[in-house]
Amino acid sequence: MVRLSSPQELEKYRNEILSTRNPDQALITVCGGTGCHASGCHAVVDAFKKVIQEKAKDNGIGLRVTGCHGFCERGPLVVLHPRKVLYQRVKPEDASTIFEETVLKGKVIDHLLYEHPTTGEKITTEEDVPFYKKQRRIILGNNGNIDPTQIEDYIAVGGYRALTKVLFAMKPEEIVEEVKKANLRGRGGGGFPAGLKWEQCRNAPGELKYVICNADEGDPGAYMDRSLLEGNPHSVLEGMIIGAYAIGAHEGYIFVRHEYPLAVTNIGIAIQQARDLGLMGKNILGSGFEFDIKVSRGGGAFVAGESTALMATIEGNVGEPRAKHIHTVISGLWDKPTNLNNVETWANVPVIMDRGADWYTQIGTEGSKGTKIFSLVGKVNNTGLVEVPMGITLREIVYDIGGGIPGGKKFKAVQTGGPSGGCIPESLIDLPVDFDRLTEVGSMMGSGGMIVMDESTCMVDVAKYFMNFLKDESCGKCTSCREGTKRMHEILTDITEGRGTPEHIDLLEELGWVTMEASLCALGGTAPNPVLSTIQYFRDEYKEHINNKRCPAKVCRALLKYRILSDACTMCGRCAKACPVGAISGKTKTKKEKGIPFKIDEQKCTRCGMCFESCKFEAVEVE
Amino acid sequence: MISFVIDGQPVEAKEGSNVLEVALDAGIEIPHLCYNESVKPYGACRLCLVEVVRRGRARMTTACTYPATEGIEVLTQSEKVLRARRMIMELILAMCPGDKLIQDMARMMGVEEVRFKKEEKNCILCGLCARVCDEVVGAHAIQFASRGDRREMIPPFGEEAQSCIACGACVVACPVDVIKMKENGDERTIIRWKRTLKMKKCKICGNSFAPWFQLEKFREKARLPKDFYDVCYTCRS
Repeated sequence: MVRLSSPQELEKYRNEILSTRNPDQALITVCGGTGCHASGCHAVVDAFKKVIQEKAKDNGIGLRVTGCHGFCERGPLVVLHPRKVLYQRVKPEDASTIFEETVLKGKVIDHLLYEHPTTGEKITTEEDVPFYKKQRRIILGNNGNIDPTQIEDYIAVGGYRALTKVLFAMKPEEIVEEVKKANLRGRGGGGFPAGLKWEQCRNAPGELKYVICNADEGDPGAYMDRSLLEGNPHSVLEGMIIGAYAIGAHEGYIFVRHEYPLAVTNIGIAIQQARDLGLMGKNILGSGFEFDIKVSRGGGAFVAGESTALMATIEGNVGEPRAKHIHTVISGLWDKPTNLNNVETWANVPVIMDRGADWYTQIGTEGSKGTKIFSLVGKVNNTGLVEVPMGITLREIVYDIGGGIPGGKKFKAVQTGGPSGGCIPESLIDLPVDFDRLTEVGSMMGSGGMIVMDESTCMVDVAKYFMNFLKDESCGKCTSCREGTKRMHEILTDITEGRGTPEHIDLLEELGWVTMEASLCALGGTAPNPVLSTIQYFRDEYKEHINNKRCPAKVCRALLKYRILSDACTMCGRCAKACPVGAISGKTKTKKEKGIPFKIDEQKCTRCGMCFESCKFEAVEVE
Repeated sequence: MISFVIDGQPVEAKEGSNVLEVALDAGIEIPHLCYNESVKPYGACRLCLVEVVRRGRARMTTACTYPATEGIEVLTQSEKVLRARRMIMELILAMCPGDKLIQDMARMMGVEEVRFKKEEKNCILCGLCARVCDEVVGAHAIQFASRGDRREMIPPFGEEAQSCIACGACVVACPVDVIKMKENGDERTIIRWKRTLKMKKCKICGNSFAPWFQLEKFREKARLPKDFYDVCYTCRS
């Protein structure tokens, strides 16, 4: 590989790459993201390789394994360029048909197309799928166009152009100003203005400074940072190099969890490629600026994503947060000025520098500019990664992009911001999503988890689930956080198992307040959100559990009562056979004998629900 | 000197000191359990919560970890502080309901009953033992294990703490007396760390005065002559 030593050489290299690529040439792209990986995309890739090998060796038809497209629900995804025909849930055996029919003859295969869940209409191209229509994919968009292991692909879509611009046409102060003007806020959860952070770190005394990329994404079900690192690692690197230049740092770290093996691999490959090309390391593009990045792998503790705990981990210590009375921009990693931003924040930087703050600030709301990537999961038809402009309403995300609730069930709430976010009820579904509005209603942006819940979700159970996660993941240092989350979980368990008392709600609120106010870091500071927000919006459901020992959503097992309706019972005996504890008695009806309707002995019943599942006549009732 | 105000009382502090030590020196009582002036502040027990008003903004923080800062106003008895402190005391009392010190502190703060399931943990996870062992003794024999509600202070891997010199500093530092030391003939045991060491006999009085292992460590560290510890501290002076 050549080492590029000037911006002109980079442009020349870009033109060389582009000259070998014909945009009208057939190209098969297969999504290689984590979701599609799990649905078996690698077998699909192998099948395509084989087909191309056999039938099209020399006619230039390309195959590219790309990063995550976001539409994980429908994986493995295949997009056929140049028409951008989208095939979903593709199986290896479809490869040769796709090749013969669509690639060679241009015919669309109906049964592989996405079908609109309500109208039943078949949709041919990616951009016409409602899931993508309302998105604004300025960060995630290139995931589907590039092979993350090929730096040429990134350069071909304009990669490292922003870096050239800042290195040769801007002063570091001007870069900071531009980021401030763009009002880029930290995408890791806090929403702190990145430009301000950069400025403080730049002005901090000391020669040696660090920049860090926080890729310790730990929210259950959230994978936007993972998909960026896996699918477009160079965009993160480019952002970090620009940031380092603006701040005056020459060393950087990417702290990524060890559980993300593909991200670790791809970022490693990207770093090496950038070094080889002269885009990282000494004298970047001949500018005289030096910067290099090391990858530090985390052991998977949720709390290690907290900035000071993360720095302690890189230093080789236990991942435990420390007091930030002196900010990390002054004294961070090894007590040196350190600027830490999240993966998505870094990935926003090249876009802002390339297209300018004026363009960037057209997207979003007054206080939150640009887009945000959410991982949309739970009881929603189209789970996946969505990138939306700030200010879009929850309704648009859940119904237009997410395709609504499966099985015709009723929407109940959406939980945003990861385990320590809050649950937002249906009455607030038209809330515009941005940093400030989410905080106002008792939730938060967090790193962008979004869990949709329907009427079959019990909110007390949800709060209990998150408390269970947080009591395990608290580092355990502060009494308020360790004991607070533990006791909240204990009380919630009591409530869901029928031991709740009317005083419990007040006690939960008091505990929540203390955990929030008295704990050192943001983990404790936000941990009570799931409890407090569910009490705020679903107090009646708590009361129902406590006063009437009933779970309206029929989730809390200990509170359920199974009953066989004797009128509906056909005396077939299936339920008695299915019951693992022999709690059902009766007599099976045969041709000779009359039979006795079955009934459940409440004392013996363990509420496993097997009878309910087994009955074909809806004779088993749950209360 | 740094000047600021605690509960309306003006105080002066040295550069690098923390709010808790300044308050204690000035005779202003702030309850605390994990603070000990011999080691660095840690901020684990959260009992020394105070409100700090800085540039017109009030926020709750632990006094032990907050650096003495010019012009701040510290409130140790505000309604918010007392409310939070009481709950934290109740949480600690639930961890070790049998401890005399904890009971007394709770009573003084008006915590009469515990609304949580009582445990018999005894240890309040303040980390003083490990910090004294690290920062004062330099033996680094113990550390916290696990996280969250499974966090515990145990010898490494739950087995005998191999680096423990049985000096007993942790025994003295522990605010709730859960680390016990016992001497039996010429053996000393720190029960919690499963560590038993042979003691050395004084050449003059014949008393067993300190563990061999400990004396060897000290001798190495201070580069003392081989026979330095043949005689006990009492007979030497």
